[in-house]
Amino acid sequence: MDLNLNAPHSMGTTIVGVTYDGGVVLGADSRTSTGMYVANRASDKITQLTDNVYLCRSGSAADSQVVSDYVRHFLHQQTIQQGQPATTKVAANLIRLLAYGNKNSLQTGMIVGGWDKYEGGKIYGVPLGGTIVEQPFAIGGSGSSYLYGFFDQAWRDGMTKDEAEKLVVKAVSLAIARDGASGGVVRTVIINSEGVTRNFYAGDTLPLWHEELEPQNSLLDILASAPAEPMRI
Amino acid sequence: MAQSAIEVPPKGGFNFDLCVRNDMLTKKGVQLPSYRKTGTTIVGLVYKDGVVLGADTRATEGPIVCDKNCEKIHYMAPNIYCCGAGTAADTEAVTDMVSSQLNLHRYATGRQSRVVTALTLLKTHLFSYQGHVSAALVLGGVDVTGPHLHTIYPHGSTDSLPYATMGSGSLAAMAMFESQYREGMTREEGIHLVSEAIRSGIFNDLGSGSNVDVCVITKDKTEYLRNHMLPNPRTYVSTRGFSFAKGQTEVLSTKIKQLRERVVEVAVEGADAMEE
Repeated sequence: MDLNLNAPHSMGTTIVGVTYDGGVVLGADSRTSTGMYVANRASDKITQLTDNVYLCRSGSAADSQVVSDYVRHFLHQQTIQQGQPATTKVAANLIRLLAYGNKNSLQTGMIVGGWDKYEGGKIYGVPLGGTIVEQPFAIGGSGSSYLYGFFDQAWRDGMTKDEAEKLVVKAVSLAIARDGASGGVVRTVIINSEGVTRNFYAGDTLPLWHEELEPQNSLLDILASAPAEPMRI
Repeated sequence: MAQSAIEVPPKGGFNFDLCVRNDMLTKKGVQLPSYRKTGTTIVGLVYKDGVVLGADTRATEGPIVCDKNCEKIHYMAPNIYCCGAGTAADTEAVTDMVSSQLNLHRYATGRQSRVVTALTLLKTHLFSYQGHVSAALVLGGVDVTGPHLHTIYPHGSTDSLPYATMGSGSLAAMAMFESQYREGMTREEGIHLVSEAIRSGIFNDLGSGSNVDVCVITKDKTEYLRNHMLPNPRTYVSTRGFSFAKGQTEVLSTKIKQLRERVVEVAVEGADAMEE
């Protein structure tokens, strides 16, 4: 058993961001791992940058925390100097500046999402090399490989808030089901002109996908519910 | 060939003989001596009115237990303590350094230190060394904003949790927490669960051992319970004890040997006695 506990703390992750009519929905799983060990099963990978801009982090936990701490600091300064809230675009550009300038020492991909009065809800992807991509929806982390086809099929322009959040929760739960490095709970953040709503979907309330079983509390429950027949493999 | 006007040493620059020697030793399979590490179990949990931290007391150098009763719960501030796992020198140095910075900050502000301040100082230091400072920490304390518990990894990433474990015994200890932790535990329940988690590390992890240290931090009191439990007492204690009064050594036999004269007088011819 090689757990590799000395491996850097990283977030084998699923993160998504989706725009809808009037705002954005961000989503993430909650697993943080060191090698094969789950170091934190309830982590929060959607970090607040300003009142109305949030950041989904993936990759090295240390690197993404430092980037988000710096950007939060710069945006706070800028908000005080300008006397008005920072825009999503400015936040994304600050992240890009750090990600590109330190591209040789950072292992982190991020998705910025937010709402401002000039451009409404916006999603920006800042992947590994330190570029910015403005997208109607963005997916990231190790679990995103399982989601490209799903989003090509399921994403539509002009969704409602509830449709968008349903899509995000469904996508993250699908990735959790297939990606070993993603797991735990699903966290979402909805940002629009009204403000910010945070939601939490516990692991045992997520939809069950192919070959997944209902949660059981103990072996006795399984024995009580199932008819007495030999174990099927 | 013209003689140099100034006298110069026969050769200049650096001497790389030792590099050649070290290369040869490495090729022959000789390994560098290892650092003193704390193959460790350290834990912490948040309970009703504060934080309980716990640690084992074994320090190792490779396979050798080099200290059977070391201290792994370090002082940061009167209301903040920090458990350390990894290279002993690094955990000691980094906690001492941040503790001193917090002390200066208290002098400057005249306010109690906050746990997030300690957390930020620790993580920025560790991040700047990109994981080369091997310190894995469990930081706990109570400040004006309430009780806090954080884990800090050598690369500088941090987590905030209601219960946390670190070190080689973290899996054994986490098994206890995952099965028995509840929200809003009492002081006694908290100390009991932390002790059980450390004992689980001591007995099931080879890198951890000896005794249980506990530290309980509340809003207005900090208790450091050094050697709260001693689950590994010495089993080979002599019934007669280990100190003796002088003259207690039993005489089994006596042998007296006569010293023989070794000086021989020789008369030297033709040599007059020295005169003054």
